[in-house]
Amino acid sequence: MSATLAPVAPARPDVRRGLALRQSVYLIGRSLRILRREPVYLAFTLLQPMVWLLLFGALFERVADLPGFGDISYLEYLTPGVVVMTAMMSAGWAGTGFIDDMQRGVMDRNLTSPVSRGALITGALAYQAVVTVVQSLIVFGVGLLAGARYDGGPAGVLVVLLCATLLAVIFAALSCAVALTLRSQESLIGVSQFLTLPLAFMSTVMMAPALLPGWVGTVARYNPVDWAARASRDALLGDPDWSAVFGRAALLAALTLVMAWLATRAFRAYQRSV
Amino acid sequence: MQHAIEAEGLVKTYGKGAKAVRALSGVGFAVPRGTVFGLLGPNGAGKSTTTKILTTLSTPDDGTAAVAGLDVAREPGRVRRAIGYVPQKPCFDPTATGRENLTLQGHVHGLSRSDIRARGDQLLERFGLADAANRVTKTWSGGMQRKLDVALALLHQPRVLFLDEPTTGLDPEARADMWAEISGVTRADGVTILLTTHYLEEADHLADRLVIIDRGQVVAEGTPEELKGGLDGDAVQVELADPGQQTAASAAIATVRGVGEISVDGARLHARVGDGAATLPALLAALEGASVPLASVTVARPSLDDVYLRHAGRSFHSADRAGLTGTEVAA
Repeated sequence: MSATLAPVAPARPDVRRGLALRQSVYLIGRSLRILRREPVYLAFTLLQPMVWLLLFGALFERVADLPGFGDISYLEYLTPGVVVMTAMMSAGWAGTGFIDDMQRGVMDRNLTSPVSRGALITGALAYQAVVTVVQSLIVFGVGLLAGARYDGGPAGVLVVLLCATLLAVIFAALSCAVALTLRSQESLIGVSQFLTLPLAFMSTVMMAPALLPGWVGTVARYNPVDWAARASRDALLGDPDWSAVFGRAALLAALTLVMAWLATRAFRAYQRSV
Repeated sequence: MQHAIEAEGLVKTYGKGAKAVRALSGVGFAVPRGTVFGLLGPNGAGKSTTTKILTTLSTPDDGTAAVAGLDVAREPGRVRRAIGYVPQKPCFDPTATGRENLTLQGHVHGLSRSDIRARGDQLLERFGLADAANRVTKTWSGGMQRKLDVALALLHQPRVLFLDEPTTGLDPEARADMWAEISGVTRADGVTILLTTHYLEEADHLADRLVIIDRGQVVAEGTPEELKGGLDGDAVQVELADPGQQTAASAAIATVRGVGEISVDGARLHARVGDGAATLPALLAALEGASVPLASVTVARPSLDDVYLRHAGRSFHSADRAGLTGTEVAA
């Protein structure tokens, strides 16, 4: 029992340089493993986007007959919206992993290990990006099976994936920041519920821009969900105004950086309170 | 560098204004290298707060601390590479296997794959976890899980290991098992251990030196023997067969040379004596002379409980209960 343990070589300086990046990759691996080991949660994570698309697609099918939607089917109109809405809603739960870690001693162990706060946040956000891409591809698959056709082609799909991922990272960062600051699962659920559905409805996710009531249209202009929905739809449904698409994508990218920085800062609030 | 840990004048307050809770008001001590140092105190005394400051998790409002010769405020990154920390709460990932837990922790420390494998295997073997290594840890017993927490903290070969109440919630068998592992760690690897505990017998059993902390202050420091030796002699406890004879019994005991203060508690008499073994025959003879029949007699060396009572001015268990019902922030 008390035999001397083999000594280990500490991380060399050149290894340390890339360490934060590699730590993020290992942390993504850990999150994916947790998802894989919870088959019920995994199943619902994958089913949820299909349900949104088919449910809203069926419920509002005739909406596309209204002037303002052009000559596309509602399912085609809805697909990019459901992709970004799903990205936002899944990402809203990103902080729950941090709270689980805080309620156990895992967070404390991580913070007293040489793992950078940036790597902890990057790991959580990058994991959310992976989940978002998979969920988005499922929505496209279901849309295609249900008969929707997207004129924007692969380039359009790539823009949708990019916007959805940026939006997911924004909301995941917000969720992590709330988790680190409020440190309670209930509070996080409250904040997330309060934000996500209203933000989805105060946008052009389901309703054509021309048909939004005046004040909703105004709110939508400042709503990142709408930035993502519009840029995605324009790119996917063919013949986009690329400068408008990239303008909105740039806004999303800028907000992503701000939110990720805020989330990293939130570790200070956590450490002040322990 | 003579000391593995040096803390001086640590002050920490949680919250602000009227709701502020003073967790530490000037805690200081020094831990010699290669020893097990106990931080003993009731719930809420400030043990965990002290540990959190020393492990860089928290920062003090005032005071300084150095771990492995590194200032915790100025070089937290280097401190983190030099320490292992087992928090009060379990810190393994329950959805991962034992080996997966160790592998991730090794990567976090930037160890090579072969080092992680070799040292992980050795730790699993040593803690008796090898057979369960590839099973998901949430199916493990509480004792095994806690040992994994310690193994995770030892993987990168830290110079200082912090154990925050490592045996709380374990059954007596698992606790004894953990004690054996902890003493093995210092002997075999020369690691310095800071152990916080609110079990008096744990501190007595494991710690080479210890400080007693009460209400955010160090109230006593020394080896367990020194602390107990500072009290006058041993405790003799006499249980009478007939509670009605307590006055006669107490009078008889008072005549024996070397007997100090006597207290009566129902059918039980407690007496402080200079040297228990030497006084006992005379004490028994006196009781027999007074025709007082006995149910039992015990002689005990003073316990840390007695030490605590002396220095904190209240019994350990009442302090513990007070700490539990009070605010948990400072725990």
